[in-house]
This record gives sequence, C-alpha cells and structure tokens, in this order.
Amino acid sequence: MDLFQTNLLSLILFAPVVGALVLLFVPKDQENAHRWLALVFSLVPLGLSIYLWFAFNPQAPGYQFEENYQWFSVIGANYHLGVDGISLPMVLLTAILTPLAILFSFSVSEKVKAYMILFLLLETGAFGVFMALDLLIFFLFYEVGLIPMYFLINIWGSANRQYASFKFIIYTMAGSLGLLLSTQIIGLTLGSFDIPNAVAKWPLLTGELFGIPVSAIRGVAFWAFVIAFAIKVPVWPFHTWLPDAHTEAPTAGSMMLAGILLKLGAYGFLRLVLPLFPAEAYQGASLLAVLSLLAIVAGAYASFGQTDFKRLVAYSSINHMGFVVLGIATAAYAQGWAANFDDRYTESAIIATNGAVLQMFNHGLSSAGMFLLVGVLYERAHTRNLDDFGGLMPIMPVYGAFLIFTSMASLGLPGLNGFVSEFMVVRGAWDVFTAITAVSMLGLLITGAYILRGIYKTIYGPINTKWVGHLSDMSTREVIALAPLAVLMLVLGVWPAWLSNVINEAVTRLLAG
Amino acid sequence: MSFPILSVITFTPLVAGLLILMLPAERKNEARVAALAAGVFTVLLSLFVYFGFNPAGPRFQFVEGPYQWVPQLGITYHMAIDGFGLPMLLLTALVLFTGVLISWNIDDRPREFMAFFLFLSVGVFGVFAAQDLFLFFFLLEIAVFPKFLMIVIWGSPKTREYGGMKLTLYLFFASVVALLGVLWMYAESPVKTFNMIWLEEAMRAGAFPAQWQIIWFPLIFFGFAVMGAIFPLHSWAPDGHVAAPTAISMMLAGVEMKIGMFAAFRVGITLLPEGAKFWAPIIVIFALINVVYAAYIALIQKDFKYIIGFSSVSHMGLVMMGFATLSPNGFLGAGLQMFSHGVMTALFFSIVGMVYDRAHTRNIPDLGGLVKKMPWAAIAFIIGGFTSMGMPGFSGFVAEIPIYLGLWQGRTLPGAAFQAQPWFFPLTAVISVISIVITAAYILRAVQKVFFGELPAHFEHEVGDVTALDKVAIVVLCAMMIIVGVYPAIMYPQVQAGIAPVLNLFGVN
Repeated sequence: MDLFQTNLLSLILFAPVVGALVLLFVPKDQENAHRWLALVFSLVPLGLSIYLWFAFNPQAPGYQFEENYQWFSVIGANYHLGVDGISLPMVLLTAILTPLAILFSFSVSEKVKAYMILFLLLETGAFGVFMALDLLIFFLFYEVGLIPMYFLINIWGSANRQYASFKFIIYTMAGSLGLLLSTQIIGLTLGSFDIPNAVAKWPLLTGELFGIPVSAIRGVAFWAFVIAFAIKVPVWPFHTWLPDAHTEAPTAGSMMLAGILLKLGAYGFLRLVLPLFPAEAYQGASLLAVLSLLAIVAGAYASFGQTDFKRLVAYSSINHMGFVVLGIATAAYAQGWAANFDDRYTESAIIATNGAVLQMFNHGLSSAGMFLLVGVLYERAHTRNLDDFGGLMPIMPVYGAFLIFTSMASLGLPGLNGFVSEFMVVRGAWDVFTAITAVSMLGLLITGAYILRGIYKTIYGPINTKWVGHLSDMSTREVIALAPLAVLMLVLGVWPAWLSNVINEAVTRLLAG
Repeated sequence: MSFPILSVITFTPLVAGLLILMLPAERKNEARVAALAAGVFTVLLSLFVYFGFNPAGPRFQFVEGPYQWVPQLGITYHMAIDGFGLPMLLLTALVLFTGVLISWNIDDRPREFMAFFLFLSVGVFGVFAAQDLFLFFFLLEIAVFPKFLMIVIWGSPKTREYGGMKLTLYLFFASVVALLGVLWMYAESPVKTFNMIWLEEAMRAGAFPAQWQIIWFPLIFFGFAVMGAIFPLHSWAPDGHVAAPTAISMMLAGVEMKIGMFAAFRVGITLLPEGAKFWAPIIVIFALINVVYAAYIALIQKDFKYIIGFSSVSHMGLVMMGFATLSPNGFLGAGLQMFSHGVMTALFFSIVGMVYDRAHTRNIPDLGGLVKKMPWAAIAFIIGGFTSMGMPGFSGFVAEIPIYLGLWQGRTLPGAAFQAQPWFFPLTAVISVISIVITAAYILRAVQKVFFGELPAHFEHEVGDVTALDKVAIVVLCAMMIIVGVYPAIMYPQVQAGIAPVLNLFGVN
C-alpha cells in the first residue's frame, strides 16, 4: 500500500503507456478490442487521479506525493515528480478528458490501433508536464506530447492536415528551442535541473556568466521561456498555428489540444516563468497584459467572423486563454510590486490567479465540449460551414440542448463554470490593469455575439430542408462522452469551492510567500 | 592467461569470412547463415564485454598484451578496451548483425558480399580495441579495400564508381595524413614505440614539446576528423554513403565515421593535449558549420538517401563540438552521440534500403504512402527521426544535452589559438540549436512525403512489406535508441570512466 502511495504519480503517468504497449500486441484488425482497451487504460489514471484528489491535503505547503529517482544524474537531472494545488487540477482535467475523448473516438474507423496508441501516449505526455519537478523532465514530456498530436492531425485530420500538423510541430518546436537553451543555462549554473531548487536559487544569482552579467542572461532566458510558452497558450501574436491545427485535427484531437495542451503553456508560465524570473516578469507584465487583451478582443472578433464552426471554436480558445494570461500578467505585476513596494495588489492578484487556474480547468471542459459538439455535427453532415445549417433544433433536440448548455458555459453565463473564472480574473485584474481590463470587456461582449451567432446559425432560424431526415440526434455514446463535462460545468458554476479551495492554497503561497 | 576476448571479437569475422569464401558459389544461403552466425557471435561477446566492464575499475580492461610484435620498431600487439571505446565495440557488433540481416536478399554473389562485409568489420572492431598505433593503422587499412570493392561492385549502379572512388581516396588520404603525425610521435618519443599507452605516459612526462604538438595536432586530428566528415572535407560522405549498398552505408556511416572521431579523440586529443587546447576554438567553428550547414542541405534534397547522408554529416558535427569544448560534459555527450547516431543512422540507411529494394527509386517526388505497405519501416523511420531531432525520450536527446552543457561551459584554455570571449562557445550553442528545428523540418518532410500521402498506383502491387529479418534488425536498433534514451545510466558511467583520465590533461578533474 505504501509503495502504491509513494509511487502514485508514476502509476498515473505510466498507466497509459502500459496501455499503449498492450495495444501494440493486439492484432490491428481487432478494432473493438483496441477501442475498449484504450478506454479502460485511460480510466485507470482517472480512478487513480480521483484517489489522488481525495488523498491530497490542500492545507499542506509545498508539493505532495513527491518522487525523486536518479535518472541522468551526471548532468544533474533526476526523475522528480510532485503535485501541488496548481498542477493537481490539471492532472485531474487530463484524466477526465482523455477517456471522454477516447469514447468519442469510437467512431474513428481507420487505423484504430495506431490512433488509440497515440492517444494514450499523448495522455502520458500531458501528465508528465504537469507532474514534473525537474526542468529536463518537464522539457522531455513537453516535447514528447508533440509527437502524438502531430500524427493525430496528420493522419486522421481534415483536408489541410499536412500543412496544419507541420506548422503546429515546427512552430512549437522552434519556440521551445529557446526554452531548451535557457533550461541548459539554468541547469548548468545551478548544477541541477531540479525545479524547487532552481526557484530558490536562480532569481538570486549574481555575478557574471560567459562574461555577461547574470541579470542580462536572466533577461534573455526570461524571454526565451515566455516565447516558448506564449506559442503554446497561445498568446497573440504567436497564435497563428492554432486555428489551423484545431480545425484540421480530428474531433477528439481538438478536444485534447484545446482542452489540455494549451494549458501546458499557461502552466509553464505559472510553474516556471513567474517563480524563476520574478523581476523580469514584473517588468514584462504590462506587455503581457496588453497581449492578453489583444487575444481576448481580437480572438473574439476573429471568432465572430468565421463561417467554419470549428474555426470559430478554435478562435474562441484564443479568446478564453486570453483571460488566463491576463490573470498571469496580474500575478506577475503584483508579485513584483510586492517585492519592491507594498502588497496592495497581492489580494487582487491572488483572486486573478485563482481565476486563471480555474479558467484553465473550465476552458478545458467547455472547449472540449464545444469541439465534441462540432464533431457530432461534422460526422453527420460532413460540413462545418455555418451557412449550411439552420433550424436543426427540432431535428436534433438533444444535440441542441447540449449545444446551448455548453455554449452558455463558454460564454460565461452566471451559474455555469465560465462565469466564475472569468469574473475572478476580471475582478483581480481590475485593480492592477484597470484600463486593459475595461477594454477586454469588449471581448466579453463579442464573445456573447459569436456564441449566439454560432447557436443561431446551427440550431435556430429556418430549417435547412436538406437535413430533414438525414441527421440523427446524438447517440448514447456521444451523450455519455459529453455528459460528465456538462455536469462538471454546472457544478463548477454553482459550487466551485471544491476546486477553487485546492487552487487557492497553492496560489496564495505562490504570491504571498 | 585470460580469454583474449577482444582479439576473438576482432578476428572472428576474419575467420568466418575466409570460411565463407571457401564455400561453393551456389551455396548462397550457407554463406548468409555463416555470416549471421558470426554476427550473432560478436554481438554476444560484445554484450559480455559491455556488461563485464566495470566503470569503477581500471581505465583499460580486458587487456591482452602488450606482446612484442616487431621489437626493433617498437611495435606491440596490445588490445584493451576503455569506457570510451566500449559502446563503439557494441555498436560495431550491432551494425554487423543488422547489416547481415538487411543484406539477406542480395542475390549477386552473396558469398563474396558477406565475406568482404566481415573483413570490413575486422578492421572496424580492431580499431576500437587496438592500443598500438601500428596495429591500429594496420586494422584501419584492412578495411579500405573491402570498402572500395563493396561500393563499386554492389553499390548504386549510376554512382558507385564515382562514390566509391571518392570515399576511398578521401579516407585513405586522410589516414595517411594522420599517419604522418603518428610517425612524428614515434620519432619524437624517447621510448621508440607505437604503443599508445606508453606514448601517453611519455607525453605526460613531457616528451612532446608544446610547439610541436601544436604543429602536428592538426594533421592527426583533422586527418581523422575527415573520416568523421568535418567541413570542408565532408563531401565524400554523402556521395560515398549514397553510392554504397545498404549494409555498407550502415557500417560506414554508422561506425566508420565514428572511428574517425574516436581516433581523433584517442590519438589526437589524448596524446597531444597542448595541440588540442590550441586548435579547439577553430575546431568548434568547423563543427558548427557541419551542424547547421549540412542540416540546411539535407532540407533541400530530393533523394531520400542523400537526406540521410547529409544528416550524418550534421550529427557528426555535434560530436566534434563536444570534443572541442575540452570539458567533461562535452566529452560525455560526444561519446554518447557517437553511439546514438551510429544506431540511428544504421537504422535510417536500412530503411532507405528497404524502400529502395521495393520501390526501385529514391526520388522523393516519386514516393509516397508507403506506410500502407511497409508500416514497420515507417514507424522505425519515425522513431529514428525523433532521435535525430533530439526529441526527449530517445538517445539523441540524452547525447545532445551534455554537448550543449559542455558548450555553455566551454572556454578557451591557455594556449589556445585565440583567446575567445566568454560568449564564444555559448554563441555556438545558440546557433547550433537552429539545426534541431531544421532537422525536424527535413525529417518530417521526408516522413510526410515518403510514408504518408498518396501511394503511387504502381506501388500497389509491386511494393511488399519488409521481411521478418528486416523486422528483427529494426526492432534491435529501435530498442537501442529507446533504452539509452529512457535509461541513460546504462551508458554514461562507462563513457565517463573513459573520459576521466583525459580530462585531467585539461585541468578538469
């Protein structure tokens, strides 16, 4: 039992890999075996994560369930895992979304074996990033997650998939080169890649490195980290890979991409950028806030202008992640302000960061739900063009209901999860970045516009007669894939405390020391 | 007297080759099986040596000799293995084994093919184990003639004569240049010997004055580095490797290029440290050009095999950069990269060979959709590709990280050609990291265009899957890359043991 407790994170991390290995030996024509085995193997981490959730003590400081084994110790990199109140919700989110995405993928009929194996490997990549407490392990899983996503888009995607997948992987990899170099510098100067160790020592380094003052090196390393994560989140103007990648990816791939992979970037900001570069983050906070504003507003406008339903949802991800970045920028500014002056902004920053992490979780749920719904329609109609639809509500009432529900969560309707997190971010950022927050309200307005437009064009208005009798409503399987998300969206909207309490402790410690 | 395992490993292929030549020409299968048996035998013995080597023990283990061979000339027969050469021995055995598997279907004089392949490997094995420079060169040159013959007879019809001639002449010339430096060392040393270990002792006692080291080091280092395809004398590598038959490409690119770097380290850096200190900043510049320039060239290639050829040149640049840092991390990374890249490029060439054998073209625009017909090859190429771009989880990452760390730590030592600013080596790190993305681009481009996309109609019936033997080779090579990538502790203690004695020549403990 003790071994189980001490290695719980490794079990969660590698359960999908074990599943992938098992699937490797199942003959590829046994498609149903692959589907069900993959589902079962993705439910194992879910069960373990729920156990982890209840075994986690939100009040205890620092990381829990830590594991630290020798790996590449000659260069100072070890297999160090751990979770705290910020990473635990992300682990849970990954564990929840993956089985649902796999369940939805039961309708994939080509190369099922490869698809399921890649999906399981993707899950491991995401887990690894959230659990990593060693910079090299973090980087390892960050990059490793790119491979399955590339193939998922490239092989099972839509018409423009070659371009989209190539752009996705090269853009992200190019961005992470700076991350790699900066990681190497940190590891080298400190003699270890351990994250808690780096957080304690790296900001305090003085002197010279390669004949250049450490502060200059830190400045460059800061921007290298920022660019790498800005591409992932994505922060405007590094977002251009996202619309193509999301649109061309298969439905479940988009669910994972938007639901989880984008959060890797935001998590990188919170776990690495803010703690390792507090002074530089303080200086860059205003710029980050402006960029988040652009993401919120321009993302919303771009969404509004789309005719492709999936692209609309893709741009909405940029819009929603903008709030996350606004919260992070607030935290960066407040933390620097507190270090230099007083802690007048600390409380607001805590609220904003709580909101940001909560938004990461919420957006994971709602965007996965939205992509699932777009996928349901696409599988039946073989088009994503909004102009082709209309008045589908009487034909597909269950679908319509779910679409409205999920859209409202995405829009930020009070009572559903989106409202809580966006409100917290806005409330927290208002104190620190008043003007920017005010202008970003415009984004909220446009969000309402594009969501409602999306709903109107698909399920309201005059019925597009060509669909009568040709579109079936959501199947039980699809409803089961979506229902947990819907339930969570409601629960988090009405009673978010179970999640926000866990986040709050960790965020308070991050910002108030 | 303990079992002379290193000599057995080295000369078994010679015996096997001679026996195979004595078989009647029609007995094709017997020739193949005999070669495979020799390959398996050397793999098993190499694994025994690998896991029997104690990283905490003496520097040289499994020592044989030194036996006086030609005492008047100070030539000894001395075989031993240190931690740096240990992975190379294993690599050679693996490439020999998988090379035989890949060449199973060669129907044009398989007897001669297998015999010459085995003769080639004698030279390769021996070089890593030889501790006497005469023995070293003897074994190095044994490999020259089989190399040439195999490319010219079994290579790509249109380019084999040019490619074979170019490769052989370049490499032969390079080894002669290096030999000049070795002869000088012999002449200069108070103890007239070719034995490397005694020469090293003499060097540490001050036998080789610094100015002379500085003059002769480039002959030895660059002479051997040409065998590792250092810019600007690298063009033999793409032409030669592409012209060669698959197994020879695997052996040449996979192991022989490593001989060059191994010798540059063992004979150049270890025996002439003052020269190394002087030339290090210059080596790094050439190596940087290798890494980035060759990657760009690979990006524009239309011939599938040329992509791999130039990719090899690029990755060898990383090994050279590691050496040029004269640091613990740099040497460690270089040693790991030699193994990792050896396995990876052997895998790449084997897959190119599989594709060519079935599609009869290497022209990328004519290929496509091969994953449907050759899924194993596709997956293996993808795994190799990710190793190539330094994707974490594979051996390429584990090898590249210490090299980069070494570059960040790199500094010009007193006695260098020019005292570089402290940002000089780090700047090379920043520039060389561009090659990671370029590598990703050309690998993914090759994967997309060759294995995915449209399968040309005439391939539907002409292209079959790879054979069971091919699959064994693929699994073995992929396993190596993944094992070392996930569990680097299986290799880095050995390499560290090998580089530690050399590091104290450069003021590092």
